[in-house]
Amino acid sequence: MRYLPLTPDDRGEMLAVIGAGTIDDLFVDVPAEARLSGPVPGLPLRQTEMAVERHFSNLARKNKAASDHPFFLGAGAYKHHVPASVDHLIQRGEFLTAYTPYQAEASQGTLQVLFEFQTQVARLFGCDVANASMYDGSTACWEAIGMAGRVTRRKKAVLSGGLHPHYVSVAKTMARFTGDTLDTATPELGGTDMDRLLGAIDAETSCVVVQYPDVLGRIEDLSPLAAACQAAGALLIAVVTEPVALGAIKSPGEMGADIVVGEGQSLGVGLQFGGPYVGLFATRDKYVRQMPGRLCGETVDATGKRGYVLTLSTREQHIRREKATSNICTNSGLCALAFSIHMTLLGGRGLRDLAALNHARAVQVADRLTAIPGVTLVNDSFFNEFTVMLPKPARAVVHELAAKGVLGGVSLGRLYPGDAALENGLVVAVTEVVSDGDIAALEAALKEVLA
Amino acid sequence: MNAPNTAGWRPEMGEGHIAHDETFTGNRALMLEERLIFEIGDTSTTGVDIDPAPAAASRLGGLARAEAIGLPGLSEPETVRHYTRLSRQNYGIDLGFFPLGSCTMKHNPRLNEAVARMKGFKDVHPLQPRETVQGALAVIDELAYWLVTLTGMDSVAMSPKAGAHGELCGILAIKAALEARGEDRKVILVPESAHGTNPATAAFAGFSVENIPATEAGRVDLAALKARLGPDVAGVMITNPNTCGLFEPDLKAISDAVHAAGGYVYCDGANFNAIVGKVRPGDLGVDAMHINLHKTFSTPHGGGGPGSGPVVLSAALSPFAPLPYVKREADGSLRLVEEETAAEDQPDSFGRMVAFHGQMGMFTRALAYILSHGADGLQQVAEDAVLNANYVLRSLEGVLDAPFGHSGPCMHEALFTDDGFAEGFSTLDVAKGLIDEGFHPMTVYFPLVVHGAMLVEPTETESKAALDQFIGALRSVALRAKRGDPALKTAPHFAPRRRLDETLAARKPVLAWKGDRGE
Amino acid sequence: MTRYFTQDHEWIDVDGTSGVVGITDYAQSQLGDITYVDLPAAGTAVKKGDAPCVVDSVKAASDVYSPVSGTITAANDALGDAPETVNTDPEEGGWLFRIDLSDVSELGGLMDQAAYDAYVAEL
Repeated sequence: MRYLPLTPDDRGEMLAVIGAGTIDDLFVDVPAEARLSGPVPGLPLRQTEMAVERHFSNLARKNKAASDHPFFLGAGAYKHHVPASVDHLIQRGEFLTAYTPYQAEASQGTLQVLFEFQTQVARLFGCDVANASMYDGSTACWEAIGMAGRVTRRKKAVLSGGLHPHYVSVAKTMARFTGDTLDTATPELGGTDMDRLLGAIDAETSCVVVQYPDVLGRIEDLSPLAAACQAAGALLIAVVTEPVALGAIKSPGEMGADIVVGEGQSLGVGLQFGGPYVGLFATRDKYVRQMPGRLCGETVDATGKRGYVLTLSTREQHIRREKATSNICTNSGLCALAFSIHMTLLGGRGLRDLAALNHARAVQVADRLTAIPGVTLVNDSFFNEFTVMLPKPARAVVHELAAKGVLGGVSLGRLYPGDAALENGLVVAVTEVVSDGDIAALEAALKEVLA
Repeated sequence: MNAPNTAGWRPEMGEGHIAHDETFTGNRALMLEERLIFEIGDTSTTGVDIDPAPAAASRLGGLARAEAIGLPGLSEPETVRHYTRLSRQNYGIDLGFFPLGSCTMKHNPRLNEAVARMKGFKDVHPLQPRETVQGALAVIDELAYWLVTLTGMDSVAMSPKAGAHGELCGILAIKAALEARGEDRKVILVPESAHGTNPATAAFAGFSVENIPATEAGRVDLAALKARLGPDVAGVMITNPNTCGLFEPDLKAISDAVHAAGGYVYCDGANFNAIVGKVRPGDLGVDAMHINLHKTFSTPHGGGGPGSGPVVLSAALSPFAPLPYVKREADGSLRLVEEETAAEDQPDSFGRMVAFHGQMGMFTRALAYILSHGADGLQQVAEDAVLNANYVLRSLEGVLDAPFGHSGPCMHEALFTDDGFAEGFSTLDVAKGLIDEGFHPMTVYFPLVVHGAMLVEPTETESKAALDQFIGALRSVALRAKRGDPALKTAPHFAPRRRLDETLAARKPVLAWKGDRGE
Repeated sequence: MTRYFTQDHEWIDVDGTSGVVGITDYAQSQLGDITYVDLPAAGTAVKKGDAPCVVDSVKAASDVYSPVSGTITAANDALGDAPETVNTDPEEGGWLFRIDLSDVSELGGLMDQAAYDAYVAEL
């Protein structure tokens, strides 16, 4: 077996040093009835690299790759062009095959990257401080709700109807076990549910959770909500599933959000059928002791040179055990690295240019689609994603478009099954990868399907 | 064996001795200093060429960003150099032996990376219509089949994002099962030697945690456990092999007793590598066990994630498994069971744990590893991992205290303590000394049940020659600790940084660059 | 004013029904460099044995148990910027919180300086 370096001679010599007759003598603690005498039955045996590669090639071909088709899906995961250098750099063995940087002197590379990443995320979100990343946006969102509960010592969270339904689902799952109360809603099409949120804040409210841009692509000033939260002693949590947007629109921190979480997949990470992604988490300095997840901090070494270490670990499970701020035990290190490299390549200027291109493209597509009879735009303001209402249920339309080779968007029927008011909605995301030809293809295919 | 290295710098030599090492740049030949991107980049630079935006009226609703973002950019060559330089300040498995106990730092095959990057997997959106993602769903389904079969369990929940998340999945399944029975059991029993995530997870789900003592031989005290069982006990969380590197021979008896008392058995599968292909946890009465794909199945640790933590479940807990999961239809096609059909397909599911469907990029890698080995190769994995660990244990027990060495063979990792070190010398000093020897240190101060723990897990992907070199190095450093060599107290001397001040970092946290925002 | 000690290495100075609580020099020496003190809010009601305060070092977070029942009246906010005072001056300047005792009889179960010194000598 190509990954196993021991030779039969090695094994014999080593058993002799150990003083064991056979390998099975080392498994003597396993009760005889549970010990298998041969390979696990019902499973195939070893294969060559070539055979395995062929198997995966066959499976990969059964999928329609985003880059092979006009592609307009978003709703929490976005296709952006990732510079080739990003994937090259994250495959350097010193990054790819390193462990969590607990031994700081042998891990300065990872640690400096995390320090830079934390700063990038904090600045992008308009916050003081960010952690070293979470699993993904949805789990970061729940962790933020939990943190708001610790800060305010309250148990009622108000969730916007514009929050991604999977994020709502995750929060519902967790709240059922923690005893938090969630006030939730499905999206309203006539406008956002800002009035509902403002009306729901009371003395029991730990936080209000609002997505920006929301799941339908809408953007709205969060300042009045931040003021209302502050007046009531609640925290405002903003969720950003498309960080590229913040190259074009105000950051949530700037508008007064207390915790900003997000999905960082857009930069550097890629679609990957949903994971691994990278959860972003930022907040105010004063709440840092209540923040979940790993943190990297600056310090000095014994000779006074600047260096970095994991710090404030007493919040974490490996020290605080049942009193930890979270049971989270890892971050999404390699994805955070990819995010950070992509962000470094872009810089503020590149991010602004990229965001401007995304927005302009989206405006173009919105205009083209709403020129099709029966197609109307739900939101007048958006970044790179918007929702249109079709004259018939969008779910079937998506399948028909796919049959024509166009991956045309995410239907609200998929996101909110059974909700008749939403079933004609189609969420369309437009990024820099969309070409003029792609737009024409979507337009033509949609016309045919709706005809 | 190898004499301690006496060639390096020693405190008694004073700072003058290293003056000839000083350079204008601060670099030392191939060891290159690298400043922060905030110090070397600027906000008007970009390393990406972007098409100009077509003319279109802004529809940003008056929310256009006016405030500076403060993010510096670098050109592509500067970017490549920045991260390449930083990478060289890291240790990795590609560079050498990485004996972190309980972490299973095995070789990461590059075939895994290649298949994960096939565009049919890496470039697929999670919400694409199902007829366009049948190959991706097939990967999840095939990996699920392997995991269920290898563990002898009933089903597997694939979506948990990491080991701790998988643990949460298993505990929530137990909680949901108890709720379905109308029982409000409050207590989870956890061995003293458990990893901190176990109590943290149980506490999150609203359980109170009680410790079970260990025997002299480092195993769960079966009698004490049985004595504690009762109508308030929801279950136990047991790591097997345990965190001392020992198999729990009574696990089946524990399971039987817990089941008889109406509880469930959660097995922390962090150490599954020791028994994969040799023992099926399902045969030991386990109800739930997470599998760290980044440990046993070789997906890269990536400097701290991403992980992936599928959870295998017994028939008793399967009805409560989270959404989504992949289901094969009568026509052979695959679909995701999500909220939409949950009432029909999985009415007792405790719900969704993550957006989308789990760590697809880890599933492809893990399945590539599994298919490469096959059932026979995986059995060899466990055998070689255990052989390597016992070889380390027996080769070093003469110089390092091995608290459970007398109780028989270890499994995949060898545990040592600081017993016998000179006054003032600690496990930390040995760890830092190993860095100078060119090794990443073993796990230190875990498990907590022995003093100054050193936990060495070699894995099966180390050659005998690599083990021999490590054994020589650790013996040398251990002897220095026993002898009280003052130079060991200030190790590492040859790493990119000397010992870092963790107290300062915690007292005066600096968690972000606070310099000029630019623009 | 009288000083009492607990087996968990807290000290309390009592004057009438008002007390000042800290950790002992032995405790700080065992904990190592203190990096942060999580102080209780004034007005918090505690029972004897509750843990209203947590003392962090780099690798540990240690609960500080209240030696008596009562209501917290103040905390040593100066420790926010200088947690190291708990290391350098644990039994005076490094005090943690003031408490208004609700049951003075609870002091009966605590040790005096001589008993505590003897207790530590046995550890």
